[in-house]
Amino acid sequence: MASIDIVGIRKAYGALQILHGIDLTIRDGEFIVLVGPSGCGKSTLLRMIAGLEDISAGEIRIDGRRVNDLPPRDRDIAMVFQSYALYPHMTVAENMSYSLRLRKTGREKIAAAIDGAASILGLNTLMERRPKALSGGQRQRVAMGRAIVRAPKAFLFDEPLSNLDARLREQMRGEIKKLHHSLSATSVYVTHDQIEAMTLADRIVALNGGVVQQVGTPLDLYDRPANLFVAGFIGSPAMNMIEGRYRSDRVSAWVELAEGLILPLHKTLQRAGIDEEEAADVEDGAAVTIGIRPEHIFLDPGVGGFEATVELIEPTGLGTILHLRLGGVSFKAFSLERSDAAIGDRLSVSLPPERLHAFDAADGVRLI
Amino acid sequence: MRKRQIASTVAHRTAIVLYIAVALFPLYWLLKVSVTPNDLLYTEGVRLWPSRTGFEHYIFVLKHSDFPRFFANSLIVSGATAIIVTVLAATAGYALSRFTFRGKYWIVALMLLTQMFPLVMLVAPIFKMLSPLGLTNSLTGLVIVYVAFNVPFATFLMQSFFDGIPKELEEAAMIDGATRFRAFRQIILPLTLPGIAATLGFVFTAAWSELLFALMLISSTAASTFPVGLLSFVSKFSVDFGQMMAAGVMALIPACLFFLLIQRYLVQGLTAGAVKG
Ligand SMILES: Nc1ncnc2c1ncn2[C@@H]1O[C@H](COP(=O)(O)OP(=O)(O)OP(=O)(O)O)[C@@H](O)[C@H]1O
Ligand SMILES: [Mg+2]
Repeated sequence: MASIDIVGIRKAYGALQILHGIDLTIRDGEFIVLVGPSGCGKSTLLRMIAGLEDISAGEIRIDGRRVNDLPPRDRDIAMVFQSYALYPHMTVAENMSYSLRLRKTGREKIAAAIDGAASILGLNTLMERRPKALSGGQRQRVAMGRAIVRAPKAFLFDEPLSNLDARLREQMRGEIKKLHHSLSATSVYVTHDQIEAMTLADRIVALNGGVVQQVGTPLDLYDRPANLFVAGFIGSPAMNMIEGRYRSDRVSAWVELAEGLILPLHKTLQRAGIDEEEAADVEDGAAVTIGIRPEHIFLDPGVGGFEATVELIEPTGLGTILHLRLGGVSFKAFSLERSDAAIGDRLSVSLPPERLHAFDAADGVRLI
Repeated sequence: MRKRQIASTVAHRTAIVLYIAVALFPLYWLLKVSVTPNDLLYTEGVRLWPSRTGFEHYIFVLKHSDFPRFFANSLIVSGATAIIVTVLAATAGYALSRFTFRGKYWIVALMLLTQMFPLVMLVAPIFKMLSPLGLTNSLTGLVIVYVAFNVPFATFLMQSFFDGIPKELEEAAMIDGATRFRAFRQIILPLTLPGIAATLGFVFTAAWSELLFALMLISSTAASTFPVGLLSFVSKFSVDFGQMMAAGVMALIPACLFFLLIQRYLVQGLTAGAVKG
């Protein structure tokens, strides 16, 4: 097991900059998840840790040792590819033992290691099969098995579950988590599935356009997204974003949304630990984007609510997603209650001030 | 609708049968003439099969001509060419498929350029180059020329096979602890066997039937290959068709054996199961 230090890593293909200086310290035994939209450079970063891509600038250290110029075989890491990359001309047993055979491990030791891995992953009956005679889920397990037989310093996963159907993905997700509990191996896991990210990660690294947006525990990212990108990326259904104007006077702060809709910010400020004096940093009249998660909107609060019109109803089984319209602004609300509302109904809603997020409308950085 | 389907199937099959008949007829004729005794060759006129057959042409060719010598020379030259070309093409094709390096574009362009000239244009300069080196009238010289002319195409052929193998496979091997060369040998090569077999077969037959250079670079009987040898059955005043055809039939044997040997690798699908698909 090992720590991984990533210091000022950059990647360029010719004139094209892909990664713009990534800094990240991964602790020994930690499960790090890299998330971000397609093309943001997740795989590139992972492949640089593995030694499959050159490092344009910066430094990667594994266990304190600089590995920039070390070939993959000397880094002692294992990787699970999205395509699994099983050796088609080898049986499952040969696939799993290949790395050990390359290291001239003794016969008994190899047998013990692959037996161990096979029983953890439930592959015992498949050991003599070729990959082409396996189902997608079984191939995925073999790929995992190939990684764990060797007890490497770190595991790298590049979207290992994205080729599986939803149910199998959920099951394998659980198994990966269990595996991590029992091996507590340092792991870097790339995904663009935010449920995987939330459930597996010790810490999530949100990446966009080759720049780290935020690093933190899953709940950090959910509760206090550092900017609009993270706010919109984490959470499903996605956070509602409403343009507005920040207002404050000596005693209080509030936001004016379209058509004179006013949201008090008082409690938000308190929760953020900012007293209202400090909040005066934000200029009166500044353009802000207000975010609120659909699950935080109260339906039927009774007194003090706004009147919203129901535009669409999406039952999910677990609850209901309501598309609402309020004074020219559209947003979604999620409730665990089954709703008996119909399209066109008017509904009273409230947006609890302590659940509001405020971002600078221009650069997206969190204000409150 | 069904009628049209049947009609189109019939037309389709007929076309295939016609094509095969046209393609195979010369071979059939070769076989027929080779077993027709000399006295019947001109007396019986055009018949599909002679009234009497015999193997005297074969016996004569094997016992009283230089043909066995030519045959052995051809085997050596074609075999050596095929093996050398395939080794070079496999390594070069791998490099073209997997690496970016300075001058790659120009190397590919130059390789293409070599394929653009009619060989006849090059015979004289090549003779001029080889003769001071003592490589005319030698099988080695012939192998060198054949290798030079076959490597570019074979390289492109191998490259396309490597392109078809996901590069994650060797990346996985390198992470597992292999050097790039070992990954190439243990993971990629076994999966490219169909490509290697195809390349071997292609180069072997090309060298086997090459006439122009063999004729121009070689004058001694001892170093002649079989296509040149075939010409020796054409004398000033007559052509000994029976013996020529018998030699021709025997010349088909190595090529047939060779393809029999490699045909199981020509069957594609070895890479199935490597990646999800
Ligand atoms: N060899 C290359 N040459 C030029 N650009 C490349 C090369 N490889 C990758 N890129 C670019 O680098 C960027 C990042 O690619 P990367 O594969 O890391 O994305 P990703 O975050 O893993 O995306 P996905 O979620 O789709 O897998 C992409 O815009 C891609 O076009
Ligand atoms: Mg990727």
